[in-house]
Amino acid sequence: MTTALHVSTSACPACAAAPNVPPAETDTNASAQIMLSLPTIHCAACIAKIERALNARPDVTSARINLTRKRAHISAGPETTAQDLQQFVQELGYEAHELDQSALNATQTDRAGRALLMRLAVAGFASMNVMLLSVSVWSGAEDATRDLFHWISAAITLPAIAFCGQPFFRNAWAALSQKRLNMDVPITLAILLAVGTSLWETALSGEHAYFDAALTLTFFLLAGRYLDHRTRAIARSAAEELTALEVPRAKRLNPDGIEEEVSVAVLCVDDLILVQPGGRMPVDGNITTGLSEIDRSLLTGETCPVPAAPGQAVSAGEVNLSGPLTIQATAVGTETSLHRMADLVALAESGRSRYTSLADGAARLYAPGVHILSALAFAGWYLWTFDMRTALNIAAAVLIITCPCALGLAVPAVTTAASGRLFRRGMLIKHETALERLAQVDTVVFDKTGTLTEGMPELTNLDGVGRSDLSAALALAQGSAHPLARSLTQAVRGVGISPLELKAVTEVPGCGVQGEFEGQELRLGRAEWVGANGANQTSVFLQRGKEKPVPFLFSDNLRPGAKEAVAALRDAGMDVHLISGDTAVPVANIAEQLGITSWQAEASPTDKAIHIQEMTDAGARVLMVGDGLNDTAALAAAHASISPASALDAARVASDIVLLGGDLSPIAAACVTARAATKRIRENFRIATLYNIIAVPLAVAGLATPLIAALAMSTSSITVSLNALRLR
Amino acid sequence: MNILVYLIPISLLLGGFGLGFFIFTLRSNQYDDPEGDARRILSDDFDSKPK
Repeated sequence: MTTALHVSTSACPACAAAPNVPPAETDTNASAQIMLSLPTIHCAACIAKIERALNARPDVTSARINLTRKRAHISAGPETTAQDLQQFVQELGYEAHELDQSALNATQTDRAGRALLMRLAVAGFASMNVMLLSVSVWSGAEDATRDLFHWISAAITLPAIAFCGQPFFRNAWAALSQKRLNMDVPITLAILLAVGTSLWETALSGEHAYFDAALTLTFFLLAGRYLDHRTRAIARSAAEELTALEVPRAKRLNPDGIEEEVSVAVLCVDDLILVQPGGRMPVDGNITTGLSEIDRSLLTGETCPVPAAPGQAVSAGEVNLSGPLTIQATAVGTETSLHRMADLVALAESGRSRYTSLADGAARLYAPGVHILSALAFAGWYLWTFDMRTALNIAAAVLIITCPCALGLAVPAVTTAASGRLFRRGMLIKHETALERLAQVDTVVFDKTGTLTEGMPELTNLDGVGRSDLSAALALAQGSAHPLARSLTQAVRGVGISPLELKAVTEVPGCGVQGEFEGQELRLGRAEWVGANGANQTSVFLQRGKEKPVPFLFSDNLRPGAKEAVAALRDAGMDVHLISGDTAVPVANIAEQLGITSWQAEASPTDKAIHIQEMTDAGARVLMVGDGLNDTAALAAAHASISPASALDAARVASDIVLLGGDLSPIAAACVTARAATKRIRENFRIATLYNIIAVPLAVAGLATPLIAALAMSTSSITVSLNALRLR
Repeated sequence: MNILVYLIPISLLLGGFGLGFFIFTLRSNQYDDPEGDARRILSDDFDSKPK
């Protein structure tokens, strides 16, 4: 008895001989799984070069590149970090970004897609075989041969339907158990009734069996489902990749005074966090030490940086500009103001969920109609002939012929074609009804900062400033990382002016830069610091000693394609509006440059959402284009919404469509494609209805044979698919 | 008509073989990176164990 307990459970002698390895040890030796995004790889040479170089590293156990997704999966030793490998690949000459694995859960959608594909393959196999047998029946097989063929068909059909039809059966059951009708109810009923009556017919050695129809139906419908799933999976994985590119990390100052880089997820309230210039606030908090300026443009749309000093509260998402700051966290994770904005979004979104897609509208009209028609045919024939068999046969024929086979393909075929086309132009369609909603849009509202503009300031009064002042300003600005200083440096260098030789140049965080020239103090910085009256647009001032300060004025650059997009939208007859959180002067400037007559400045996030709600109530279908956190509520409230890829994650989540490149011009083209797609969908519905109008009277009259059913079903499905491919 | 006794099982078997092969390719992740696989054939490295 005791000896039996010691026998190893392993059947392999080598495993039994080897000492048992404690599981804890394998855990600590577990290799790090690292994923890199490689957007520039494109050929066999790229794959070979990167894989060979990575595999040659002693710390990398395996590296594999996926060219379709443009990613590298690397397993490496636990001490290897993603940054090391990212730098390593960049030294090979390829752009590389680290991907946050927790944000990627594409494997789950993959599994669902694979299951659907498997069912599609089985349905295809079975329907082809049964169709072959049916063809011989239609061409005149009789008596025992026909019965044999029917029985073989039944033997193939029953298990195939039981396996392939599961997605429909499950959806239909879910709808029925909530006492609702969806498209899957008539589908399920048609399949089950067709198989049932055919079995009965076969047992009585009857002439008509609909096994082939039941299987072809399943096959076409599964093809529609698979297309639909694939379009959505592609969009989801691309959206996930955008999120995964932002690896959330923060520098925590531990109580023992040591800095440690940690994931944002582990930060707690009261932790001290260091934020370097150029870094984004990971959490809400109060500044404990350090002077700086912060850029709130993503949260509020203001382009002017605001000064930051100890004691001041900052919110997650703001960018630290000039000096290092230490902040004490007051809210982390889902408690931060960034996440609280999500509540506002959820509220605004409830309006959008009321939209009924074209497919749902068709199903609502269709499902009851089919059931009533088939029940009437059954009742009519039963009352006339009192023959259960004939009546049931005719009811099944009506259900099969009216079954929404082409309808099931009508929408997915078009959306797949349209999304693919738009994806190649740099637009990612995230929501399944986004195209239909985009097609109805008649009013477009733009945000300014980061959407119409690049969010990068540009010096505007270069010609109005003297050479010596420019030279002094360049000398002060060239050492600073502040965006205004960098822009000033670039502009002044561009006209070939060399910097003045200054002494003791120091950056005063939160204020500006100062230096000394021939015993005179020079200052370049904020209006208040140099004693100037602040201009009403983004500006810095240069002061020599006690002289009057010289202003340098900045304005935001337009994004490429902004002009074209606005012009094309207006040509298409849409109202274009501009609503921004920024001050009036820059907003007016941009509006004038683009020729937008209706603009509003200093709008709060709620103002924006309310404004859009008012337009909607007045009957307009609004398309919102925005990138900031202050736009999220408006994005969700609008009929359709677009955000650029540079937007905050929260804004991208709230919008239906993501613009992948920096160019805005595809927006107008997307509206055109969306209209064309919706037109095709309606056309497809009409084609499917036309086939029904021809075939249904035949079925009700009892003239439909399995051959007619098969012909009507296949031709309508193929016509609909071909029509979808015509989309330009 | 006796020929059917052989022909039908043979046709089913052949079709079933195709289906089984398709399922095998699906299970062994051969559709994960169609673009990469199409290009890898051009590289000179002999890859006897594709991952």
